[in-house]
Formats: sequence, C-alpha cells, structure tokens
Amino acid sequence: MAEDIKKIMFTVRKPPHGTIYVYEGLEVKLIMAAYDADISVVFMDDGVFAVKKGQDTKDLGIKGFAATYGALVDYEITQVYVDRQSMEDRGMTEDDLLVIGEDEDTEEPIKPQVLESAEIAAMMAEQHNILAF
Amino acid sequence: MKLAVCIYEGPYNHAASDTAYNFIQAAIQKGHEIKGIFFYHDGVYNVTKLMEPPQDDRHISNRWSALGASGIDIVVCIAAAKRRGIVDDVLVPNVRISGLGQLTMMAIEADRLVVFGD
Repeated sequence: MAEDIKKIMFTVRKPPHGTIYVYEGLEVKLIMAAYDADISVVFMDDGVFAVKKGQDTKDLGIKGFAATYGALVDYEITQVYVDRQSMEDRGMTEDDLLVIGEDEDTEEPIKPQVLESAEIAAMMAEQHNILAF
Repeated sequence: MKLAVCIYEGPYNHAASDTAYNFIQAAIQKGHEIKGIFFYHDGVYNVTKLMEPPQDDRHISNRWSALGASGIDIVVCIAAAKRRGIVDDVLVPNVRISGLGQLTMMAIEADRLVVFGD
C-alpha cells in the first residue's frame, strides 16, 4: 500500500569534514534506501559544502566520501535537493554541484535539484520522520 | 504515541544523552510507547560498562541498562561501534549491537523518531 510507505527526509546541515556526522549520515541513507521507505535528502546550511564538486581530502589524511554521492542514484536515492539560499550565501552556484548519478536512458548526468526554502519547508511538513546530520 | 529515540552524542561530554533519558522517562509516564532507542555516532559510548563516574554523579550506562531491563529495545549501531572500539564484551546488560536496519525499522514503525544531538 503506497500510502503506508513512510516518508523519511534526511537533512544535511553540517559541513562534510571536521566531524563525522555527515559521513556516518551518508551510511544511514545508503542502508535506509534498501528499505521500503520514501527517502529524500536535503542539503542546507553548511551541508551544501558536502555536494560541492572537486573535494579532495588527501591532505586531511582522511578517506573522502564525496565519490559515494556520485552513486546516490544507483542506490535509488533520487530525491536529492539543495537549498538555494544556503548555496548562494556560501558563494556556490549550481555549476559547483557534484553529479549524483546518470539518467538510465539518456546517460545525462544527474545533479541535486536546487529548491527555494519555502519549497523545502513544504516538503518537510509532509514527512513522517526527519533525520538531521 | 509510538516513539523511537536516536542519540548521536557521547555521555557526560554532551547533554544529549541526559536530555534523551529525561524525555523517555517523561514520555513513558505520559503513557507513550518507546519502540526503541538507537545509539549512533559517539552515542555508542553511552552503554559501555567500562565507565566509572564519580559516585556522587549519575551513572549513564547503568541508567540505560536499567531502561533496557524494563523491556525497551536498546540498539547500538555496529558500524559506529566498531569504528570506536565498542564491542559486545564491553556493553552493559540489556543492550545489543545491531545494524542501521534496526534504526530504519524504528523509523518506519514509530509515529515519531526523535533525535538528540548536535
């Protein structure tokens, strides 16, 4: 029953490096995507840095995980959004966003979809659960 | 209401564990059902029997263990635990190590999943 499927939203609000929240949060997304739930992910506040392309953690001496975002669509996580205001406040544009997969038919790269804060708020209001990382 | 609780932060260092504990006690008193408690990130440190706080302070892991003894399912994330050296041998009684699938089931089965942490 489609109406019984729980809507679970992940918000990513912290910067990707410096703490482990965002990385372990990614692990939760990948697991939950295997279950019968309606999963969406929103990058906002400093979380928008997590989906900035060209990240290189080599000099930090830690294993980066930006490449895993490139496989979100393969994990059937397709509802991936970025808050426009958060992005612009940090000097980022849509061109700075990394690719999260490619379209099965056209092989066109898929990027997170940029939304206005009000649109994100409306989506939040529909969720059963919101997990913040 | 059916509630599930997820705790992100370690004990003593951060109020999240205390706040979650107080929330759960209040929820039970109000007649709500706790579907489960899930420890993630540094939260996995909350249920080690190796902690030995001063006697005049609260004993956080014993407190969680007592809650587990009352029948509430308390789960420690295996991936987060392994990374931090938390294994079965160091856990207090009445808690168990399992996977993120358990958090998923809590999120699906509960009316609300309440997260404590930064």
